[in-house]
Amino acid sequence: MPDLSSILEIASATHPGMVRGHNEDSIAADAEVGLAVLADGMGGYNAGEVASGIAVALISSEIRKILANHDAAPFTAREIERIIAEHAGKANAAIYHAAQGNPQYSGMGTTLVMACWHDNQVAVGHIGDSRLYRLRGGTFEQVTRDHSVLQEQIDSGMITREQARHAQHKNLVTRAVGIDPQVETEVRTYPVQADDIYLLCSDGLPDMVADEDIQLTLATLKANLPLAAEQLVQQANDNGGRDNVSVILVRVLGAFPARAGVLQKLKSWLK
Amino acid sequence: MAKLIMSLDGSIIREIPLDKERVTIGRKPTNDVQIENLAVSGEHARVVTILNDSFLEDLGSTNGTLVNGAPVKKHILQSNDLIEIGKYKLKFIAEGPAPQAAAPAAEDMEKTMVLRPGASVARPATPPPVAAPPPAAPAAQPAAAAAQTVAAIQVISGPGAGKELEITKNLTTLGKPGVQVAVITKRPQGYFIAHVEGAKFPIVNGATLEAQARQLNDHDVIEIAGVKMEFFYKTR
Repeated sequence: MPDLSSILEIASATHPGMVRGHNEDSIAADAEVGLAVLADGMGGYNAGEVASGIAVALISSEIRKILANHDAAPFTAREIERIIAEHAGKANAAIYHAAQGNPQYSGMGTTLVMACWHDNQVAVGHIGDSRLYRLRGGTFEQVTRDHSVLQEQIDSGMITREQARHAQHKNLVTRAVGIDPQVETEVRTYPVQADDIYLLCSDGLPDMVADEDIQLTLATLKANLPLAAEQLVQQANDNGGRDNVSVILVRVLGAFPARAGVLQKLKSWLK
Repeated sequence: MAKLIMSLDGSIIREIPLDKERVTIGRKPTNDVQIENLAVSGEHARVVTILNDSFLEDLGSTNGTLVNGAPVKKHILQSNDLIEIGKYKLKFIAEGPAPQAAAPAAEDMEKTMVLRPGASVARPATPPPVAAPPPAAPAAQPAAAAAQTVAAIQVISGPGAGKELEITKNLTTLGKPGVQVAVITKRPQGYFIAHVEGAKFPIVNGATLEAQARQLNDHDVIEIAGVKMEFFYKTR
């Protein structure tokens, strides 16, 4: 696989917030293989951390291995999607079995959002209400659609987006990793453009910071991605920080076709 | 305790206390609430109650479940919601006035929980703290105080000398993109300056800024990309 570390700039930040005693979010990102994984755990005591930790560690290390050791023909979009779904399934099984075997972990689970950049595209997989947003030019969009009661109510037209912002049951998800023996991962592939900025985040960010403020931060501070990540977490905390908050920012610096052109191949061979 | 008041054709038939985690409704006698009517499915719907919140779920019934006239699959019940199952109407009445009890419940809702068909709701094993949770108020109060004074920047050197810029947005950038840019962030505690891009870092009162953001005080002098400017609070 081509090394993407010169194409993708990645920064991240995670914080327990102002109310919670510990951080149940887990994050991992790797610019070289173009992979970002974020999970927001749930369950009593430390079980939430355990669940999100298992998901992120398992998914990031195994997919990294597959991508880094792959020298044959580039993976197709469908193959990457399959790899994502398969590993979300593996994480689900690992968490489910850990919960079955340890009473203190009973009922633990985690939401998940992950993205894999390859061949001028990004494959996005998610379960629950951890999100991926994209800033492209002046347009800031939520790419993933939550698996939550609230989203279902918005979809069915029962409540408006404005009402949803003030709803009480924001954090009720309809899907999570590790709760049932099986889980369905929603995976989609989107074309990528140079200068796109992607934001993966736990619900602690959008619950505390309005979309317009997130957009303003990304647009203003895109030249300094680590500062932008820190600033987003700080805004969530300044607004009350009621939940753990985690962000992974990925800025796309150029094109990254899977098959290098003849000229590029020759160049790299001459090097 | 929350309850459902069941009525048919305008007359009240019975009152159903939601005194357990799950109350099932359907035609089969195994249900907690049995409705012997062919329009009602064997296992039609259920109400899951956790602390002070009740959730209605349709269990894939043939004729569906309506809340306030709209079909629902899952619904968070709010007091006076009218559930319709066949010709039967069930009015949801939330627990009596308990404003103190509402606070821990709201806190509990902050925790992500899973609601899914075929199983009970997974929720944190830790009970919510009984003491009132620290609300967003501590952060909000200084914010209100800071909002009364408006901060501004006045350029004091170079061709733009004399120009004034009020800092109204949460983030205000200063400098030249590609050369040197700094950002002033408006926070509840006040205003902070941080370096964004460029080889040179901003200078505040003659000292070069470190990697961390620095709080700005009234009449601080900032130098960015060779231009000096003064930060000050305007009194209104």
